[in-house]
This record gives sequence, structure tokens and C-alpha cells, in this order.
Amino acid sequence: MSLRTGAPPNYARRRIIDRIMRALTVVATATAVVPLVLILGYVLVVGGSGLSVSFFTETYQAPLMGDFTDPTLVDPAVGAPEGGANPDDPYADLDLGALTGATPAEPTDGHGSIDLSQVSSGGGVLHGIVGTLLVTLVGLLLALPVGLLAGVFLAEYDNNWLATATRFCTDVLSGAPSIVIGVVAYILIVQQTRTFSGLAGSIAIALLMVPTITRTTEEILRLVPQTVREAAMGLGAPTWYTTFTVVIPTALTGIVTGVLLAFARGAGETAPLILTVLGNNTLSVNMLAPIAALPLLAYRYTESPFPTEIQLAWSTSFVLVVLVLFINIALRLATRSRLRGR
Amino acid sequence: MSMQEGDTAMEQTRPMNLVGGIAATAARARERRAGSVQLTGPKIVAEHFNFYYGAFQALADISLEFPALQVVGIIGPSGCGKSTLLRAINRMHDRTPGARGEGRLTLDGQEIYAAATDPIQIRRRVGMVFQRPNPFASSIYANVAYGLRLNGVRSRQQLDERVEHALRRAALWDEVKDRLHRDSGTALSGGQQQRLCIARAIATEPEVLLMDEPCSALDPIATLKIEELIDQLRAQFTIVMVTHNMQQAARVSDMTVFMLMDEKTRAGRVIEVAATAQLFTSPGDARTEAYISGRFG
Repeated sequence: MSLRTGAPPNYARRRIIDRIMRALTVVATATAVVPLVLILGYVLVVGGSGLSVSFFTETYQAPLMGDFTDPTLVDPAVGAPEGGANPDDPYADLDLGALTGATPAEPTDGHGSIDLSQVSSGGGVLHGIVGTLLVTLVGLLLALPVGLLAGVFLAEYDNNWLATATRFCTDVLSGAPSIVIGVVAYILIVQQTRTFSGLAGSIAIALLMVPTITRTTEEILRLVPQTVREAAMGLGAPTWYTTFTVVIPTALTGIVTGVLLAFARGAGETAPLILTVLGNNTLSVNMLAPIAALPLLAYRYTESPFPTEIQLAWSTSFVLVVLVLFINIALRLATRSRLRGR
Repeated sequence: MSMQEGDTAMEQTRPMNLVGGIAATAARARERRAGSVQLTGPKIVAEHFNFYYGAFQALADISLEFPALQVVGIIGPSGCGKSTLLRAINRMHDRTPGARGEGRLTLDGQEIYAAATDPIQIRRRVGMVFQRPNPFASSIYANVAYGLRLNGVRSRQQLDERVEHALRRAALWDEVKDRLHRDSGTALSGGQQQRLCIARAIATEPEVLLMDEPCSALDPIATLKIEELIDQLRAQFTIVMVTHNMQQAARVSDMTVFMLMDEKTRAGRVIEVAATAQLFTSPGDARTEAYISGRFG
């Protein structure tokens, strides 16, 4: 045997296999990352190019012919300023345009055809930002205690039939299409209360968040070394005290990651919102009434015939991405340990 | 303990090379402490105590007395049940499914495994230091204050005083006094972390300290510091220490328990209990002699 002199006989083969495996992992990584970068980059470039200050400070404005900043222009759909709504009309507050997907600027018989590319729109998505923040944060507030405590139960008090059943249900629920949750919320809340509302949306979003928060909390708590629990136990701490003073603080970063994943998913959901919050073209903070949301705006704008509103859809997507990123960073900073050496 | 004279006689009649250095170490340690070891009654008593993990019997028929305010070392090869016995004393097995104790195991006469005994109350009287330093990922101060806060100490002044006192007794105060609130307990070196864990355990003034191989993850210098610390803590605490290191048992313990796994049942048994100097110079059992002279284990 000449193990010490020169390479072993299968060295060349091992080296080739090593290189092939490494190349495969690089290709797979690139396949995963490249589309992501392209999508995000396209949203940032196209969406960012249409941004202005007013996009963040104003709400919806109907598209207008020509220069929308000219106050003398007339809304092509309405023709002349309205004479006031019928006081007896119970649906006066309801935006029919948002309901039907029709926009006021759509060519109508009375006005003949118009050049769509000449239509421009001002306004912004402030109502969408406010609506998304409200609906998602209230959803998070509803989901957080349930998800966290259920995760604690699964991690710290396992080995019983309830834990097994809960684990199975959360797995099924986290795989459920979000439209299913939307339909459930529509039937149980919207139909019962006889109104679309921000709160119904929050509840639907919370239902989507709970399984994610529960399972990530459980997984992360299981990663906390048993020795740390024993240290608290050895000092005479009951399990609940140990969990809240030692285990959760140790696992905080991981739990925050799970919560952020849930938040990002909730903020981007569209299907359940169509069936619950409905949408609103004005700024509203009333959670018991229809409210705007960024994904809904983006969805509706993409259906618009006007290029100017397609551009709005891109910008809205951009704002949604940045909003989630911003909340992500803010939460990380807020929960960061201020101690050295962690 | 009235074995002192017999001890010396044995030392003279027995060839020193049998267990060599360890016997000398134990003799030196005994001389160093001569007069400081108090004659005390039993603190913890096991009588025909058995312990099971489900169907498996881990400890068989343990009968022992741990005298108060002394250091008892438990030695023996891996798997002999040393740690199981140690952890049984403050019911650290409670979270393990199927683990249960039978027979008598008492702390100051109170049955540790009686149905009416609250394990939390036992653990507040019996502190524990683990094999690997396990500080919490919070500040040094919060680590030491943990047990105090758990016991309802709220006054800032009182917390400050008792945290400082515990850190001083754990010989860590001077190294950390400037960064109590700034540094995480996990930022310290291994030896410092273990002294922090000792400070955390003694801050609540328990009566008994259990130490499960407290130095096995430490370097020799950190080990020496912990051993010096144990030497000082014996004045106030009853200490039970499991160790793999026979030299360490010879250096720090007043009394030594040798345990061995039963070859047939695989249950841990106590083979011999004696004053440390005696056990290492003139073991009463052939198996003890074989173990301490390095013939197995």
C-alpha cells in the first residue's frame, strides 16, 4: 500500500464527481435566484419609475383626458360635475366602479371613442397603504397570540392527542388555498353581518397567518437547547415561567422570522380580500366598512384599459414590496438584542 | 466521621504504588482541610432507592447518606448511573416520560418522591450546576438575578446586593463588575460561564448544590478555579459532585461514592462509600481498586 505517496487510485473520479455535484448545486441555486431577482428588479425599475410624492399622499383619482393636473378638464365618463347624490339611495356610499371593475373613463356611447393612451391619471395609493397596514396589522394582532401560544403548546407540552391533532390541522390549513379561507370568511362573516368590512379581511388574513406562526414557533422553540430549560428548571422555575423568561427570549430571532413570513404572506394576499374587504377608492380607516388594500388596487389596475393605470399597478406593487421590506427591517431592529456577545 | 485513624494505619501498611498519585492527592487534600470538615448529620438519605426509565431500571437498591456541609464525589465509569442518581435528588427527570423513582430518598427527612412533595419547592432548596455551562442569553446580571426574581425579590437594591454577593462568592465579580448589564452571559469564556452558573445557583441560597461533572468542558486552569471555589462553598452548602476525573474527586471531596453498572441487569449500583482518603488508599472492594488503579473504566 502506498497511501502516503501520491493520490489514491480513485482520486480523479472523486474529484470529477465533486465538481459535478458542486456545479449542479450552483445551477439549482441560480435557477431559483435568477427569476426572483428579475421579478423584483422589474417591479423596482418599472414601478419605481412612476413614483412621485403625490403617489404616497393622495388617493384614487379617476383617469382624465390629457393633462390630469389641469383643473378645467372634464371627466370623460361623467361629462359634467355631478348634481349631488340621491339622499334616498342606500347604495350612495358604495363605489359601483370598484364593484364591477368598470372605471369611469371607459368610453361610453355619449362620448364616442377616445384614445386610451391619451388618458392620464393622477392620485396615489395612500388609501391602499393605510388599508393594507390596518387590515394586515389587525390580522397579525389576532393571529399572534393564537399562533404563538399554540406553538408553545406544541413545543413544550407535546406527547398528547391534542398536540398531534393540532399539528395535523395546522399543516392542512397552511396548505389550503387562500381563496378557500376567503370563501369561509365571506360566508361566516360578510354574509352574516351583511357588509364587506376591513375586519372580515383581518380575520381571513389571521386564519392564514396562524398556521405559519404556529409551526415556525414550534420548530424554533424545539431548537432551543434542552440544557437551557434545565437551567431554569433546576432553579425551581415552573414550565410556563421557563418558557416566557428563557425559551422564547432565546428563540426570539427565529420567532420574529416566522411572524414576518406570515406578515408578508398576509400583506400580499389578494383572493381572500376580494371576498371580504372589497376595496374602496377613498381613504377610509373604518374597519367595519369596505376598505382599500394594495394588492386589490394592483389587481384592479391591471384590468384597466388605460396604460396609465397599468403603470399604477406596477407602482402599487413596488409600494407593496417596499412596505413589507420596511416592516421587516423595523421589526428586526425592534427585537434585536442590545447585549454584546449574543 | 471516625475513620481518620484507621485511614492512616492503612496508608502505612499498603504499598503506595497501588493507586499511586491519587492516594497521595487525597491524603494531601485531607490534611489541607483537617479541622475544617465539620461532623454533621445526614442531609440527603437514600434507602433502597430504585430509579426507572420506563421498563429499564437505571438505579438499583441505592442506600446512601450525604452528610450536610461536606463534598461528596460520585465516581464510576460511563453509564453507571452517577448522573441519574444526582438528577434524581432534585427531580430533574420529571420531564422525561416514564422516569420514576421508588423507595426512599429524603432531603432533611422529607420524601423527595412523595406525591405531596412539590418538585419546584425541592429544586429551590437544591441548586444544580450542569456539565456544560448553560447561561441564559440575557445579561450577566439577569442571569444571576433569575432565581431571585423567580422567588419574588423585586427591590432593585436587594437584587443588586444579592447579585454582587453571589458573583463575589463565585469568584467572578472582579471580572464582570463593569459589564453586568452590557454583556450577555453567553459572551463569557467557558470557565467564566461555569462560575456564572454557580453564582446563579447560589444566589438563591439553596441548601444543597448538585454538580454534574462541572469541569468536564473546561480547560485545566478554569478547572482549578472551580475546584478552589468548591473548597470555599463547602462551608455553606452540602455539595454532591459527579465527576469522571478521579484526581478531581480525590482533590475536592470529603467522601467518595463509587458506582458501577450491574453486568446482568445494567442497573447502576453503589459499590463502595468511604471517606475519600480511605477509598483511594485502601479500597474495600476489588472492583473499586481495579477502577481507581486504571484497570478498567
